[in-house]
Amino acid sequence: RTISTSSCLELIRAGPRGRHVVAAIPPAAPSSNPPVHVKVADEAVCVGPAPTSKSYLNMDAIMNAIKQTGAQAVHPGYGFLSENKEFAKRLAAEGVTFIGPDTHAIQAMGDKIESKLIAKAAKVNTIPGFDGVVKDAKEAVKIAGEIGYPVMIKASAGGGGKGMRIAWNDEETSDMGFFLSGHISDICANGFCWCLQVLADKHGNALWLNERECSIQRRNQKVVEEAPSTFLDPDTRRAMGEQAVSLANAVKYSSAGTVEFLVDSKKNFYFLEMNTRLQVEHPITECITGLDLVQQMIRIAKGYKLQHKQSDIPINGWAVESRVYAEDPYKSFGLPSIGRLSQYQEPLDLPNVRVDSGIQEGSDISIYYDPMISKLVTYGKTREEALKKMEDALDNYVIRGVTHNIPLLREIIVHPRFVSGVISTKFLPEVYPDGFKGHMLTAGERRELLATAAALYVAAQLRSQKFLGDLSRQWELCVELDKSVHMLGVSRSGNNYTVEIDGEKVEVSGEWNLASALLPITINGKHRTLQCLLRTAAGEISLQYLGTSFKLRVLSKLAASLSKHMPEKVPEDTSSILRSPMPGSVVAVSVKPGDNVAEGQEICVIEAMKMQNSMTAAKTAKVKSVHCKAGDTVGEGDLLVELE
Amino acid sequence: PDHLRFIRSYVSLQNARCYSVKHLSVQERIEKKRKAALTGGGQLRIAAQHKRGKLTARERLELLLDPDSFVECDMFVEHRCSDFGMEADHNKYPGDSVVTGQGRINGRLVYVFSQDFTVFGGSLSGAHAQKVCKIMDQAMMVGAPVIGLNDSGGARIQEGVESLAGYADIFLRNVMASGVVPQISLIMGPCAGGAVYSPALTDFTFMVKDTSYLFITGPDVVKSVTNEDVTQEELGGAKTHTTVSGVAHRAFENDVDALLNLRDFFNFLPLSNKDPAPVTECHDPRDRPVPGLDTIVPFESTKAYDMLDIVHGIVDEREFFEIMPNYAKNIVVGFARMNGRTVGIVGNQPKVASGCLDINSSVKGARFVRFCDAFNIPIITFVDVPGFLPGTAQEYGGIIRHGAKLLYAFAEATIPKITVITRKAYGGAYDVMSSKHLRGDVNYAWPSAEVAVMGAKGAVQIIFRGKENQAEAEAEYVEKFANPFPAAVRGFVDDIIQPSTTRKRICRDLEVLASKKQTNPWKKHANIPL
Repeated sequence: RTISTSSCLELIRAGPRGRHVVAAIPPAAPSSNPPVHVKVADEAVCVGPAPTSKSYLNMDAIMNAIKQTGAQAVHPGYGFLSENKEFAKRLAAEGVTFIGPDTHAIQAMGDKIESKLIAKAAKVNTIPGFDGVVKDAKEAVKIAGEIGYPVMIKASAGGGGKGMRIAWNDEETSDMGFFLSGHISDICANGFCWCLQVLADKHGNALWLNERECSIQRRNQKVVEEAPSTFLDPDTRRAMGEQAVSLANAVKYSSAGTVEFLVDSKKNFYFLEMNTRLQVEHPITECITGLDLVQQMIRIAKGYKLQHKQSDIPINGWAVESRVYAEDPYKSFGLPSIGRLSQYQEPLDLPNVRVDSGIQEGSDISIYYDPMISKLVTYGKTREEALKKMEDALDNYVIRGVTHNIPLLREIIVHPRFVSGVISTKFLPEVYPDGFKGHMLTAGERRELLATAAALYVAAQLRSQKFLGDLSRQWELCVELDKSVHMLGVSRSGNNYTVEIDGEKVEVSGEWNLASALLPITINGKHRTLQCLLRTAAGEISLQYLGTSFKLRVLSKLAASLSKHMPEKVPEDTSSILRSPMPGSVVAVSVKPGDNVAEGQEICVIEAMKMQNSMTAAKTAKVKSVHCKAGDTVGEGDLLVELE
Repeated sequence: PDHLRFIRSYVSLQNARCYSVKHLSVQERIEKKRKAALTGGGQLRIAAQHKRGKLTARERLELLLDPDSFVECDMFVEHRCSDFGMEADHNKYPGDSVVTGQGRINGRLVYVFSQDFTVFGGSLSGAHAQKVCKIMDQAMMVGAPVIGLNDSGGARIQEGVESLAGYADIFLRNVMASGVVPQISLIMGPCAGGAVYSPALTDFTFMVKDTSYLFITGPDVVKSVTNEDVTQEELGGAKTHTTVSGVAHRAFENDVDALLNLRDFFNFLPLSNKDPAPVTECHDPRDRPVPGLDTIVPFESTKAYDMLDIVHGIVDEREFFEIMPNYAKNIVVGFARMNGRTVGIVGNQPKVASGCLDINSSVKGARFVRFCDAFNIPIITFVDVPGFLPGTAQEYGGIIRHGAKLLYAFAEATIPKITVITRKAYGGAYDVMSSKHLRGDVNYAWPSAEVAVMGAKGAVQIIFRGKENQAEAEAEYVEKFANPFPAAVRGFVDDIIQPSTTRKRICRDLEVLASKKQTNPWKKHANIPL
């Protein structure tokens, strides 16, 4: 019996090998929403309420779950307790196998300073800098001056970008001084971040499984990863690999681990840190090496020797991973969003596409967990092929009900700079200095989009006219996109539409299945997959095209000409007043005057008919006044809270 | 009689004067009248109408109907008033203040009248009423719906009682046509006084936001009688009637938006009570599983979810034309399609007031169910109802007789009735919501269904009053009643189904029930508790 405290991916792959797998789940899950990993697991056990501090991060709860199910091993996944030495210790005390490295290695590598010292001793390149604790801001400025700007200041515990700050001058360094104690300073160029996968068993054997290029990041979190890297030559790769292996040997590492290197533009590489766990982006390494890392981890934990030699580890083709998040990419490259996945369809029918996800149609993306929807991995013989597959996969990925970052992912992978392989950790801020604005249409693309909207409109109109028998063949339409209006002529023969836009002809053909979320069509002989997000009786059509969603309005020539008489409307702002929608009692008020609330945030809870209804803010604003308190009885329409 | 003699002499005079060019002269007059009819109240008034953000009566019809399908009737009718200088030529407009006729919407026949605000403010004269009555009579004979586009200042005061008689003539036809052909009113301007009762008698009343008003008496009269200060918009605007009064069924942004939506809405309706619900080409597989439904109902029975998520998941192409979306939101009603066939959807909305039944939601539901029953539209009912809303406001308001309307409507309906209990079906509300006992044809329960007299806590407090171990008793009650079995073992639900298969099951049932025949005992008419 293996207990898994992470998403379902590990289970899916651990399960079929005859192991009994138990999924650890919080109760929010079994009730509203049994996650996928419960379905693929043999058994599920509840470890506590939805907030992770009370479930996946609650060691007592997990230890209980282990006792309850009689599990012999725990796979900790990637977050939560995966790098917690206490947890590993407690498991050892109970005689339960922790599928991961032993306590010593976790501890040694978990401390940024100790890890540096060990690395130095193991003859691993370390960054010129101060490997120690900085006492105060003054000392930090002094050290930074010696190393030369820019410097990176990092909290000595914490990974995944947590506690990392970059300072470009004395002022910034001293500003960071107040939280400096217990930090070290490193050099940080406009660099690359490479992760070298290592695998070591309990018998002193270790392998390196090539690098992963993880430089595309936002807020120090990875967005797009690939393996191998475009920048690395075989010699450097080997040198890095050998150093990584010697580091693993130095700490008597066993299990899968990742050694992170920073690389400057001259291909000098420096040890940054070692993650003593499976990493989120491990599938791309699996794709190019053919090794199943989770299986290897379980084998190693059981005490088996590695089956492979270094010479057995290939680089076969190219793999790219996009992290699909429930977040709004138009706000700081991604602010989390929540909601219910009203429609969800993974592009699994495409070849060489792998999707690791823990959700399904109907799942709620809640505030309790990481907003990651899935890891979308594509594989090809060459980088070009893998990226083309990724384009198709993103176009065919149907996500409705939450805002997602596919527009951004779709833009990154076709950006000339990304395609040419000139990637750095500053890719996003450099390429989109004013923030991400969605795909910018070229004139040709604009025509394609207009033509598709027009053809879709006509297809829908024609279906309505099936009562009529005699179907129109010629249409004059007026299509609005980004406030500019185009007159289009459409003629039809069968499923083929010829759309004339400003004298140019665009041929659009397709199945025109009006029920499908996907719209696979051929435009001027080119195959494209668009998605129809919205189609209303009043001619509004939203299309996802090249990743970005565009709003159009299609009207007949008559309706468009009459529309000019329609009054302009100023939308009435009712979002700043929250009224009770029903009589009931106030159970809780979560805000007070002066608080800042985000759109959709809970403001108070009203109980009526023994049911709790959460009242949420209709916009992001400051709370002006609160007119109710817990325990109050309110009537329908009573003012509860006013926002500014 | 005198006037006959007068006409005869007039005609002979005409003959004498224009004998040689008689043919041309009539032709000219026809052309002239037609042209005058097409421009209504004239260019100035048309410009004024546009300036108000409104389209003219004819522009509206052009947009509502298929191109070139409008066949006009009574273009030459003029008012007959001879008082207050109305008999003067410049006060006569061919067609008077309404455009009437028939046309097609996506090829299907519809009778229409469109009041012309540019002619005497669209006011209703005897001739105006006569024109409307004529097309209504024909619509009933032919079996085609009537759509009225209302934009009228009220009665033609100069005509006095003739105008009032005209209203009554229309009301009578509204009543006679009720349940025979669908009648739709779209309020696109003022509609005040007695005039409001025609839309009120029709099946659906839609409004245009900001430019349409419905009230018995305007703000000025209100001020003088009750001393209340109220604006037109507050008193009878689209928002008032779609959220507070429940007089209107939906509101649209502007004329164009309203008319395009009306075309869409018309596709759902049968042409008459003899016509089956229309079937359109459906691209959505009838056996499509809906995996999201397996997880939609929260485990905690106090937690809410959105019934619209269920409706959108099940119906064709997630397309749902909701009726009264902003009024009595604790019940959801509207039209959708299943495998291309129009169905009526009724569902309790747990998200609003826990989905309880109260006065407004009962009346909203009842009227919708009766429309569907009258026009052969099958009804699918989704049940998650904790009961009727308690309290003095409801009891004093007459929840007993209003709740009875919904009960009555479901019981009386003979169209195919399919019911899905998604979670709670408590107390009398269980009976009301298209239960097996009210001739539900197919009644399903989801595994999360709880059919019981009341929730566990309340029930235990009554059964075990004063006893200890309430918690234990509650657990026992939950075990016994908070599941679909008590109803299923008695055959009160036909099956317990996996939620994700609901669409497939319903599509199949509807095919089977398409030939359902059921009649109620002969009666002059039933006596619904109004």
